Amino acid sequence: MQGTIYQRIAWLLVAVLGAAAVGGIALNRGESINAIWFVAAAACVYALAYRFYSAWIAARVLVLDETRATPAERFDNGRDFIPTNKWVVFGHHFAAIAGPGPLIGPTLAAQFGYLPGTLWILVGAVLGGCVQDMTIMFFSVRRDGRSLGQMARDELGPVGGAAALAGTLMIMVILIAVLGLVVVNAMKHSPWATSTVAATIPIAVLVGLYMRNIRPGRVLEGSLIGLALLLLAVAGGGWIDHNESLRPLFDHDGLTLAWLVIGYGFAAAIMPVWLLLAPRDYLSTFLKLGTIFLLAIAIVLMRPEIKMPALTQFIDGSGPIFGGTVFPFVFITIACGAVSGFHALIASGTTPKLLASERDIRMIGYGGMVLESFVAVMAMIAATVLDPGVFFASNSPAGVVGKEAAEAVATISSWGFPVTVEQMEFLAREMGEKTLFARTGGAPSLAVGMASIFGSAFGQGMLAMWYHFAIMFEAVFILTTLDAGTRVGRFMLQDMLGNFSSRLGETSWYPSVLLTSGIIVAAWGYFLYIGVIDPNGGVNILWPLFGISNQMLAAIALSVATGILIKSGKLKYAWVAGLPLAWLTVVTTCAAWEKVFSADVRVGFFAAANDMAAKLSSGALPAGKARFAPQLIFNQQLDAWLTMFFVVVLWVIIFDMLRVAARHVRGQPVPPLSESPHAPSRLAEEWARD
Amino acid sequence: MDKLRARLDVFWRYIRRVSGDDAYERYLRHHTEVHPHEMPLGRKEFFKREQDRKWSGVRRCC
Repeated sequence: MQGTIYQRIAWLLVAVLGAAAVGGIALNRGESINAIWFVAAAACVYALAYRFYSAWIAARVLVLDETRATPAERFDNGRDFIPTNKWVVFGHHFAAIAGPGPLIGPTLAAQFGYLPGTLWILVGAVLGGCVQDMTIMFFSVRRDGRSLGQMARDELGPVGGAAALAGTLMIMVILIAVLGLVVVNAMKHSPWATSTVAATIPIAVLVGLYMRNIRPGRVLEGSLIGLALLLLAVAGGGWIDHNESLRPLFDHDGLTLAWLVIGYGFAAAIMPVWLLLAPRDYLSTFLKLGTIFLLAIAIVLMRPEIKMPALTQFIDGSGPIFGGTVFPFVFITIACGAVSGFHALIASGTTPKLLASERDIRMIGYGGMVLESFVAVMAMIAATVLDPGVFFASNSPAGVVGKEAAEAVATISSWGFPVTVEQMEFLAREMGEKTLFARTGGAPSLAVGMASIFGSAFGQGMLAMWYHFAIMFEAVFILTTLDAGTRVGRFMLQDMLGNFSSRLGETSWYPSVLLTSGIIVAAWGYFLYIGVIDPNGGVNILWPLFGISNQMLAAIALSVATGILIKSGKLKYAWVAGLPLAWLTVVTTCAAWEKVFSADVRVGFFAAANDMAAKLSSGALPAGKARFAPQLIFNQQLDAWLTMFFVVVLWVIIFDMLRVAARHVRGQPVPPLSESPHAPSRLAEEWARD
Repeated sequence: MDKLRARLDVFWRYIRRVSGDDAYERYLRHHTEVHPHEMPLGRKEFFKREQDRKWSGVRRCC
């Protein structure tokens, strides 16, 4: 940490500016605050954490050794193990970890006001998420690029390994269901959005054919053509929306769209990857990186005012978007923007097999998550630049605020967030939508926020285009996650079934492909279906469930990391992973406890099931609701059991880790460290000579 | 001017590399280096095999 006096002064200034910005957004009350303070606070916190904390972890805790050959160098096979330039790996790693989660979570968490979510995005990322990604990546590199599940099995024992595998499969199912629900809600009765999203499918297939048959392997050409077609599809959607004969073809209710998404998911899972999944992923990756970059520029150029208060009254748990108090639910809701267990799968998957030097782990593991967290900050800004009244009107389900527009605005205005029917109608017209009421899931309100930021930065006249561009952007990579997730789920299931019948384990045996794809699609399709028929919007149930499962996976990853640190004789540094682990365990367990046992029908699953059962038997439900009530009651009970399953898995792993750690400390035998022996790096020497 | 061109060149190579546009060329180089006496795959076959390999694990997050 030596440096010139100027460097020290510069870092001191960063620290002072960061403290001022964080203090400013934390202590501001009553007055509106500019979004640029959020950007400044985030930039300073990230810079300090990266410069000092990640450097300290790299040097003292993990002791990165650049003279040691990485798996990429030792097993270089020109396919999955390839020593790769660190900026290229950074690009791949970031494209892999950045998904729709950090856009949706902060949007929903904005119901508590901007402050709780923003603070957790910053603190959670630099002390938790970045540390998790970096340590898991390091341990995987030291273990020939093994996966989280394998490391859990090797280092803790078979119980930990099995728990990690089962947990991952369940998360995948919940994740896909909730993302499917977000797309369905964005397309509901919106011919423009539906036709644009539908057009992305033939466009992806066209690009797939181009890359496979017309100009094989020309990824950039194909992607450019695809991107141009996607933009045309956004404009074309507007044309369809104004065309009386085509309009009805794309005007559907939620249930029809849900069945279409389920059918699409199955078709995509059994199609060859080069035809749909791979080209769609190229398009979504370019679109994602481009839009994130554009949003950052627009925010800095426009410096919009934040209209949401720092805290709302909903921190008491009465929020309309999802029930539950700010602790623990803000942590569960933000999820991927601060700590995402899913990243541990990438950090122990493809990335460690590409690293040319251990030194790169700091930038790619820690730095990659810093950037992801910044995406979450931007999503928070996009959600909070809206008038709070508009934000709540579009994100609150009809079951909570009322079905009629007049009823909804009256409820929301009575909370102290004034909004009028005219205002909502005007906004909907500007965005080219029929209505923006009760568009739960966060995508429409995020799109309105993004459209207003883009509109004021790059031309106000095209608000409807920007809105549908934002919807298309979200939908494209949600559908990519849906395809890719279904496929991964299928492989995991085939792997498990392979233990019983070797035929079912063959990934290319078509009957097995059909069966296992069908099972996975049915699993997430069920939750998607229930989410759509639920009058309270479904997001209310599914997002907390997803948050709990994702934080559980993070806790599993941090358990593995803590266990390995202790076994490596670094007990005094074990808090680096142990502290975020302890916090996530508290948060996840408290949230799960409330979701299962709370007497509040908007929080507790059993309470909601009992309440509905009582209403059903007393005949208090109208006929339309009574029809779906038995399914909803069953689902609430199922969700309660699922939540308990997640918590049990979490505690099993923690106890397993503590058992191993305690045995190690007492000098009793434990599974040996599975670290591969030191091999000197030739790459490092060659670079030293250059 | 030359400096700018060199920079653009580096940037272009980076874009091609990170997007996988140059994957086949890299494969050919690797192949001639390691298996000089075997026939390399054609562009089309290589692309399909690479996509299948790439999408057989967790590649995308939430």
